[in-house]
Amino acid sequence: MAKRVGMEVAIAAAEAVGMCNIDMAAVYPITPQSHIAEHLSEIVADGRIDAEFVTVESEHSAISCVTGASATGARVYTATSSQGLMLMHEILPIVSAMRLPVVMGIANRAVSGPLNILNDHSDIMPQRDNGWIVIFSENGQEAVDLTIQSFKIAEHPDVMLPCCVNIDGFQLTHMVEPIEFPDQKQVNKFLPPRKPYATLHPDKPASMGTFAMSDIFHEVMKAKDEALKDSKKTILKVWAEWEKMFGRRYRPVETYLADDADVLLLTMGSMGETAEIAINELREKGVAAGLVKIRLWRPFPFDELKQAVKKAGILVVTDRAVSFGGPGGPVAGEVKAALYDEKKRPLIYNQIIGLGGRDMAVSDFVKMVEDAVKAGAKGITKDYEFYGVRG
Amino acid sequence: MNIIENFDLYAPRLVDKKEYLCSGHRACQGCGEVLGLRLLCKALGPDVVIANATGCMEIISSMYPYTAWEVPWIHVAFENAAAVGSGVEAGLKALRRKGKIADRDVKVVGVAGDGGTMDIGLQALSGAMERGHDMLFVCLDNEAYMNTGIQRSSGTPMGASTTTSPAGKVSQGQKTWKKNVPEIMVAHGVQYVATACPSYPLDFINKVKKAIKVKGPSYIHCFTVCPTGWRSPSEMTIKLGRLVVETGIFPLYEVEDGKYRMTVEVDQLRPVEDYMKPQGRYRHLTPDQIEIIQDRVYQEYNKLLDKVNGLHAWSDLQYEWGLFD
Repeated sequence: MAKRVGMEVAIAAAEAVGMCNIDMAAVYPITPQSHIAEHLSEIVADGRIDAEFVTVESEHSAISCVTGASATGARVYTATSSQGLMLMHEILPIVSAMRLPVVMGIANRAVSGPLNILNDHSDIMPQRDNGWIVIFSENGQEAVDLTIQSFKIAEHPDVMLPCCVNIDGFQLTHMVEPIEFPDQKQVNKFLPPRKPYATLHPDKPASMGTFAMSDIFHEVMKAKDEALKDSKKTILKVWAEWEKMFGRRYRPVETYLADDADVLLLTMGSMGETAEIAINELREKGVAAGLVKIRLWRPFPFDELKQAVKKAGILVVTDRAVSFGGPGGPVAGEVKAALYDEKKRPLIYNQIIGLGGRDMAVSDFVKMVEDAVKAGAKGITKDYEFYGVRG
Repeated sequence: MNIIENFDLYAPRLVDKKEYLCSGHRACQGCGEVLGLRLLCKALGPDVVIANATGCMEIISSMYPYTAWEVPWIHVAFENAAAVGSGVEAGLKALRRKGKIADRDVKVVGVAGDGGTMDIGLQALSGAMERGHDMLFVCLDNEAYMNTGIQRSSGTPMGASTTTSPAGKVSQGQKTWKKNVPEIMVAHGVQYVATACPSYPLDFINKVKKAIKVKGPSYIHCFTVCPTGWRSPSEMTIKLGRLVVETGIFPLYEVEDGKYRMTVEVDQLRPVEDYMKPQGRYRHLTPDQIEIIQDRVYQEYNKLLDKVNGLHAWSDLQYEWGLFD
């Protein structure tokens, strides 16, 4: 078994990228992604990996630059946060439509305004429908593992889609955590060099990113949707292979004490660990509480979610972003849609929590569950609430 | 300058017969831009990758499932041709160094219109040039957003009527002077910067060949006539491209290592009216307004001559008193 080291998660994520034999990275600095960018540049500067490191003049150019490099057949990486991700937004659906594998680390941070550099999910949520594989990590170890896995998933001939790994800003990126790095030789075995489908080279000219009118555009969109849905099979295969090689199991929906739970809490990202402690406390108090954690946000794990919540009477869905003027939180909206056709489905409480880095203690999760249990069926008077909001 | 007389004799030997941008594309009749692109490709030859911005040249050449391109070509979006080209260059460089592709020079060429170069693409272009990628960037400047329907850009000349700078009862059309992007590229320290026009095909081809020899960034600003947008007769495209040079409105020059040189000398500048008259976009201008434009053209031309006559090559600037003493 590999040795555990204490390391800042952003540094560890960059180390993970360094283990993947990338050919090229393009990054533009933004808090709290900057430690990933800095450390990756150090890895390149020290000659630990042989890669081009392009310090672009904007995130828009960062994503454009890695897209161009991916089209040559290179293994590419970029990372960003918040406003940077919003600036990339225009290019993200083009990357997936071109079926170009790109791996991107996202140090999740609130989107302005007002300006705020701390963690929530308001940066990734507007990117939901861009055709990318979207995965959330809960701790530093997962950030490392998922980063390495993402190259294999994105480049797989049955997938060929961009993939982003969400790492909560500050709450994960700037924490020192115990990390167990996989053995480099084992990683090389797990992740062989990329075999691109088509590349930009005069030896075999290709036209990429052509113009499409209505006679074909509709079909291209369906193909993209099917490709993303189908990618789940490969994701599951890659995770099974990872478990076999490295012993750590990854599932699209993770559960904790959920099997016999009457009331379930649902989280996504780093708050899952705090919520686990809250579940322990609730169990000690005699509340049959459990936890459901969505890891795979796109493609959405409908079956796994239905399976995880089918016995529960109450489901408290937490959201780290707001769909303004809409159904509340985007996760709750998605969960409700997924369960609409189920004969037996839980009552759903939607709590919008921890925006712009607002701290969420164990006691807050306990309170949310207890309040939901107390209110019961009569309790749903609002579609959603801003938990702990003043005024 | 009598090349046209002996065209049949010389042209086949001077210009590559192979087409890298095939016929069958959807450009308008008399399109100067696609002619520029065609000549560019002939000068480049096969060992290139082209990163094309959104615009006329992209949509006319790549309507899925067809492509007019015989060379590797990529289009991602409007403002990022230089950034995509940067990535292609970086990708090819790494793959070549690591022995994953053939060990041979492949030139990356960014192509964009005036909007994609001078307005929305200027930041990406500046970044790419500053970082020193081994890339030629070519602006095919037809002086407005033609693909979206003739809206003004910062490349639109003073007085031209476009759909967003229309001539009206209280307006004379475009209210600003054309942005000088070649000069901005010189300010980036780009080793080879040139202006060109497909009406002077050999001058253009020679410049492209020079530009791709540079190991690093180079830039060509190619003036391309747009009969649709300028409301000029399509058979006048070549003529207008010559008139714009003969009037001094768009002089053909190159800046090699900081040294300016006129590549097409004009003994006596023709009046700007000769160039403006056949174009509908200038039809509303009064003699007084044309006079203002004429004065500006003389001034800009003299500014350029001043640089041609006065400025030295950067490599000639030896400091006897060093900055680092």
